[in-house]
Amino acid sequence: MGINWFKYSSPQAFYPLAGKMIPWFAGAALGLMGVGLYLGFFVAPTDFQQGEAYRIIFVHVPAAWMSMFLYVLMALWAGLGLGLNARPSFMMTQAIAPTGAMFTFLALLTGAMWGKPTWGAWWVWDARLTSELILLFQYIGLILLRASIDDLRRADRASAVFALVGVVNVPIIYFSVKWWNTLHQGASVSMTASPKMATTMVTAMLVMTLGFWMYSIAVTLARMRCVIVERARQPSWGTPAPVQDGAEVRECSGGV
Amino acid sequence: MQWGSLTEFLAMGGYGLYVWTSFGATALCLVGEVLAVWRRHVAALAQTRAVSSGGD
Repeated sequence: MGINWFKYSSPQAFYPLAGKMIPWFAGAALGLMGVGLYLGFFVAPTDFQQGEAYRIIFVHVPAAWMSMFLYVLMALWAGLGLGLNARPSFMMTQAIAPTGAMFTFLALLTGAMWGKPTWGAWWVWDARLTSELILLFQYIGLILLRASIDDLRRADRASAVFALVGVVNVPIIYFSVKWWNTLHQGASVSMTASPKMATTMVTAMLVMTLGFWMYSIAVTLARMRCVIVERARQPSWGTPAPVQDGAEVRECSGGV
Repeated sequence: MQWGSLTEFLAMGGYGLYVWTSFGATALCLVGEVLAVWRRHVAALAQTRAVSSGGD
């Protein structure tokens, strides 16, 4: 196959490619979330301890997983950007951050909604909750740091270093329920042990997680396209405005 | 399925407020983010057009 994959790493080639991929990931996200909600509300049984309040985990756990996973992914792109001095990698870091921040916010909010009826408290300063709150501050700090530096290269490098240093918090969040005596319960699903929940509950949670995954890919690609257009008119970019509205539509009509 | 009626479904065994706030907030955030990105894209394209036509 004569596909030159390296050409897709240039923003000009990535832009139409991303445009073609977004509808597929968005469709998969909608489908998976629909199935996940159906399983979560109509197939999964009532929890014998927590009653119906437990159904919050079908958004809480996937959101919390995404908040950590997106941070690691963002830090990987940041490291790649610093190591190879690759601008598209920095752009990926920039494109992922807001979605990661949103999932962190949702994990905290839905956690509070679960905590109030189950623990009797919206919030406790427990290691799991506190480290997840710090993750939210890291995402916000990263976005603000970028916004506060006018020079694009400096903004890229500074936020990449910030993202890399902060990745240390992710294992702290993940293992906090093991390392400390937390009010937050331990992992219900892990790589090493069989799940401590009914199969339908686990399935619903995993399907929702996959849906959030597809959503994250779609929205990150879409934001990547925004970043490409925005940076195309930056003086440091070089060639002005290589991307034109509707370019991807014309390319799509050829079909593959 | 454990719901006898729509009211029973909405009540969520007395936890309706917590459950529907969680799912509602999640839906709002996802839809809001999609709209925000879409508007950002439109604005970015519009500004690029303005720069390339108004400039040199």
